[in-house]
Amino acid sequence: MPTLLEARALRATYGAGEVLHGIDFVVDDGGVTALLGANGAGKTTTLRAICGMVQTVGEITFGGARIDGLATEEIVRRGIAHVPDGRGTFMELSVEENLRLGAYTRRDRSIGADIERVFGYFPRLRERLPQQAGTLSGGEQQMLAIARALLSRPRLLLLDEPSFGLAPLVVREIFAIMGRIRETDGMSILVVEQSASLALALADRAYLLETGRIAIAGPAAEIGRDEQVRRAYLGY
Amino acid sequence: MAGLLHQILSGLASGGIYASVALALVMIYQATHHVNFAQGEMATFSTFIALALIHAGLPYWIAFFATVVISFAIGVAIERLLLRPMADAPVLSSVGVFIGLLLIFNACSGWFFGYTIKRFPSPFEGSGGHGGFLGGYVSPHELGSTAVTLVMLLGVYLFFRHTRLGLAMRAAAYNPVSSRLVGIRVGWMLALGWGLAAAIGAVAGMMIAPIVFLDPNMMGGILLYAFAAALLGGIANPLGAVIGGFAVGIIENVGGAYIVGPELKLTLALAVIAAVLVIKPSGLLGRTVVGRV
Repeated sequence: MPTLLEARALRATYGAGEVLHGIDFVVDDGGVTALLGANGAGKTTTLRAICGMVQTVGEITFGGARIDGLATEEIVRRGIAHVPDGRGTFMELSVEENLRLGAYTRRDRSIGADIERVFGYFPRLRERLPQQAGTLSGGEQQMLAIARALLSRPRLLLLDEPSFGLAPLVVREIFAIMGRIRETDGMSILVVEQSASLALALADRAYLLETGRIAIAGPAAEIGRDEQVRRAYLGY
Repeated sequence: MAGLLHQILSGLASGGIYASVALALVMIYQATHHVNFAQGEMATFSTFIALALIHAGLPYWIAFFATVVISFAIGVAIERLLLRPMADAPVLSSVGVFIGLLLIFNACSGWFFGYTIKRFPSPFEGSGGHGGFLGGYVSPHELGSTAVTLVMLLGVYLFFRHTRLGLAMRAAAYNPVSSRLVGIRVGWMLALGWGLAAAIGAVAGMMIAPIVFLDPNMMGGILLYAFAAALLGGIANPLGAVIGGFAVGIIENVGGAYIVGPELKLTLALAVIAAVLVIKPSGLLGRTVVGRV
């Protein structure tokens, strides 16, 4: 698979503290890449670094062009949609307005048709359309966040812990939908997860982060069999 | 009874002005969590520009719209040049900048246009028509300026509700981080908000000037009423600010006529501010902000 995004010697800092100590990784075009690791390993920071939301040193290329150092909104405009941790819902606005904001960078006339298309994945959002987004349940907000991201017609979808704070049943539903999105749209996805088993089942390639360094990298299936990973992150 | 009706009607007329300035204050507050103390002085400066354009021979309405455009540009420029570098500054620094802006605009109005009190024309007072409407209760200017204010408020409402840019500006005010993640250029949205607030203030200034006459301190008291209106409605609620504006206008006129007398009218604004802060700090339509620690 060709490479869509590549990071080389990527460092990230918050103020004086360095969180990523020079990591290298690639995201394949049309594939799902999983970023695993414990709390505080730097998974969320990695996604923020890609989107220019933290101070970084190092090189990030997307579709062959350097994007490090660009403003967040410019990176997003190049085709990266980021579903942040906490989901980034516009709580005060309606579900419909949230979806329209997802398509903000587009000027074509097919936005309405596209909203219909994401209802195919998330039929529950259709019923909630006029409702204030802050009143949605956690699972619905996660669906709204993914739907919002899809509406920008991204080339790469970044998902930060889509399972966070959700009931196991809802988590399985959301991962099933992500599988469908990947198959139907051929969407490239970089997903950060603490629950490694779900992420590994979806991914082709995986990286294991430990305190800001990449500990293990390889095909997802292989990493799922790794003795060390299984004991530390899969619990069997 | 007739006197009371008259007071209420002219209260609504000046209430429209307070509503406009309160809306301008709330717009900036929602986006930045700062109160722009210079909002009134900026409006006064705009009104002076309008007067200069009229004296230069432009017809009233052309001068009116030119002033709105110029004020918008000044608002955008202030945000870009002065407030952008202050984005991460502590609150007190920002307050300092706003007070500085107030003094600068006040001094510039006097320096460029003079300190003498000037008459400002009304487009609604024809040479013959001094009769008034509703049996003489409302002057043509009161009726006309209320209509202009209402049309402007409606336009602002439709802009924020039903346009892509309006939605983006609201999103940027509510949630700047998520807004960047959907590709909104948040910095420019703030600048547009400043421009819009300055333009709204300019309209308010041009509508009130024929009544209170124009001098560099014209908006001082009006800003106080507008601040009372914004607090009364809920400082973070645009609709509340508009309703609060009309309410404060009526309180000011009726209270001034029957309770404290015209000389002490301004104390009513302070009384409203104090009452809101003591009884319901979030305002009539505001939400209580709860912070998780």
